[in-house]
Amino acid sequence: MAPTVALAGNPNSGKTTLFNELTGSRQHVGNYPGVTVEKKEGTYVRIHDGFRLHIVDLPGTYSLTAYSLEEVVTRDFLVNQKPEVVINIVDASNLERNLYLAIQFLEMGIPICIALNMIDVAKKRGIKVNAQKLSFLLGVPVTPTVARSGKGKKELMDSASQIAREPHQLTPLKISYGADIDPVLSEMEKEIADRHFLTDTYQARWIALKYLESDQQIISKGQKVNPDLSSRLKEMVRKVSHHLLNTLDTYPEAMIADQRYGYIKSILKQGVIHHKYDRNRLYSSDRIDKVVTNRFLGPLIMLAVIAGLYHFTFTYSGLPVGWLENFFDWLGSTLSAALPEGMLKSLIVSGIIDGVGGVLGFVPLIMFMFFGIAILEDSGYLARVAFMLDRIFRIFGLHGSSVMAFIVSGGIAGGCAVPGVMATRTLKSPRERLATLLTVPFMNCGAKLPVFALLIATFFAKYEAAIMFLITLGAWAGALLVAKLLRVTVIKGAATPFVMELPPYRMPTFKGLAIHTWERTWQYIKKAGTVILGLSIVLWAMMTFPGLPESKIREFETLRQAETSRVPFAIAAELEAEQEGAELSGPASSLKEKLQRIDAAEAEAGLRNSIAGRIGGALETVSKWAGFDWRTNIALVGGFAAKEVVVSTLGTAYSLGEVNPEETGSLSETLARDPGWSPLLAVGLIVFTMFYSPCFVSVICISRESGSWKWGVFAMAFNTVLAFVLAVLIFQIGSAFGLLVN
Amino acid sequence: MRINLRNMHDNQAGTIASVKVAGELGRRLRDMGLVPGTEIKIQGRAPLYDPVALRVMGATLTLRNNEADYIEVEVE
Repeated sequence: MAPTVALAGNPNSGKTTLFNELTGSRQHVGNYPGVTVEKKEGTYVRIHDGFRLHIVDLPGTYSLTAYSLEEVVTRDFLVNQKPEVVINIVDASNLERNLYLAIQFLEMGIPICIALNMIDVAKKRGIKVNAQKLSFLLGVPVTPTVARSGKGKKELMDSASQIAREPHQLTPLKISYGADIDPVLSEMEKEIADRHFLTDTYQARWIALKYLESDQQIISKGQKVNPDLSSRLKEMVRKVSHHLLNTLDTYPEAMIADQRYGYIKSILKQGVIHHKYDRNRLYSSDRIDKVVTNRFLGPLIMLAVIAGLYHFTFTYSGLPVGWLENFFDWLGSTLSAALPEGMLKSLIVSGIIDGVGGVLGFVPLIMFMFFGIAILEDSGYLARVAFMLDRIFRIFGLHGSSVMAFIVSGGIAGGCAVPGVMATRTLKSPRERLATLLTVPFMNCGAKLPVFALLIATFFAKYEAAIMFLITLGAWAGALLVAKLLRVTVIKGAATPFVMELPPYRMPTFKGLAIHTWERTWQYIKKAGTVILGLSIVLWAMMTFPGLPESKIREFETLRQAETSRVPFAIAAELEAEQEGAELSGPASSLKEKLQRIDAAEAEAGLRNSIAGRIGGALETVSKWAGFDWRTNIALVGGFAAKEVVVSTLGTAYSLGEVNPEETGSLSETLARDPGWSPLLAVGLIVFTMFYSPCFVSVICISRESGSWKWGVFAMAFNTVLAFVLAVLIFQIGSAFGLLVN
Repeated sequence: MRINLRNMHDNQAGTIASVKVAGELGRRLRDMGLVPGTEIKIQGRAPLYDPVALRVMGATLTLRNNEADYIEVEVE
């Protein structure tokens, strides 16, 4: 097997760019076992001799503590998988802080070589780095690189290959952590080494260091292996902590960090780095920020950018979405013509093609959305959005970065919760992320719009724009309040520190954008596609079986024959021989209409008798509190497949045959005439549609992104209960006060 | 003079004197280079005056005001 090379480094150090540059298209994305952190792997092939290296792109981290998932994953990978060599990518224009991670690798005794990346940016900023000197002082190879152009790639891989080929044990770096810590550290190290405490996986000194830094992962491991020794080590740490607090008013972990930075400073001072200008001088990036995050201009520019993203996604994806829809329509009708009448045809056309087609139809939309977000992310603008909006979102227990997910999901009516849920990946704080992905489905996605449009056109035609605006506000208010509720109940916990870097603005590379977009899209197709096929079949079966009893079918058949026999034979024959698009004579088309009405009545009866229909009927006992009858219930059950199905199912339930969600004129008239309907009921149904269970594609995405089916089920149950309570309140209070009852 | 980072005004520079917080926040601050002896400069604040953006070792970091509270800065 090819030797493994791991890429590690700070976020924004150019790690992913280098990974793409090294592996090109020979890469794939997975997850680390049991967590949702992405694991990217690929192969590097040296051109002149075909030498291969297995490359793993570790998550970007600033440190090797055990606080964030990314850090734990990185550390576990290094310890368990023992890559032959780690390439530590450091940002040359930001060397001092980037070396903080490098020092921690050296302390662990991990064989590294350093890629001194963005050397061109450093040069432009008047920073000169002496790579040879740095290499000499750290005792590891240092290669200047420019990941974006591939400069230095060959030299870097040569030095990595050399380490990989000649594995040698690196002596862990020993830094002095000061007069208070050093003696305790040595004492602890000796105890650990003598008793072989965890030493088969870690170095003794490193374990002692982690005890001093109160690293929960290592301490709990130690507690299991040797509780006695672990307690004794903890006692030693407690004593030195007490002493440090009394004398220097500091903590061991702070002391250790200070000393690490001190060590880095002492290295850099030995002629490694030379600054031509003042380090806090403003660069073009800062000048852009002066405008882009300006108190007045900032929010305006942000609105414009968000509107632009929206416009870009939903306008330009319209065309390919249309192509895909046409393709599936064509596929459906071709198969429909080719297959014999019966269950198999119904299953393939109505179940599989409509279901899977519905999911794949989202693909262009998702690609465009991810492409747009990738531009905002890679350019550095997304971090500014988080910076500007954090104050507002924090009130609701969320994070500034949550905003993108809400907008994409339909914060401006017409998005889609699926890419919205997936957009939460840009959020690094776990609790805030979970609260965001559970509440984004409340936004008004494009599929809910036909439902609102139908009800508004029927009952509130005069106030269309105002009601749409209220619906949008309602969705935001609902989502933020529920997020707050979740954050003080099921996802309780202090806010994750916001401390974040505002990376300099950079022009995104097309290669990076393309890879970014494609890997996210492909994951959606792969994971959603398989589960959805199964669920489409289940939903189809629920709305088809058990079908009408023989006697009923015969009744409808008799009705049809009666109609046909009532007219002269020639007219029936004309209808029989009808060509697509040909004009029918008056009597023939009136016969056709009558027959279609019978077909529709049969479809209604069939739906009423199906499993879904029976569920809808059974639910009436509860749903009557909100004023919903069995027809609305089935439509809402169908809406679980995709919200726009609510309209088409209502059509079938009201014997109108298939209703095109875009032309709902006749359904609208039917509802307006139906005495069971009132504007009040419409308001209740609008609110219910806004808040009830996300469609199943979203539920699958929520489960995947949260890493547990539990949250998918939670979203279905919680949202439906919430929506129902709201709908009941509206209907009951409205009825009691006689509001909107006509 | 020693003041709290929250009370520094835009474009004011200083040297961190102490960072008094343990746990996750303390660690995050240190990971980003916010340790005693580091020079910082306030670069600006978000439209709602929170979070704050600062210049540290040539990079720009952002902190919420309630996180900045733990940092004491020596200013001229």
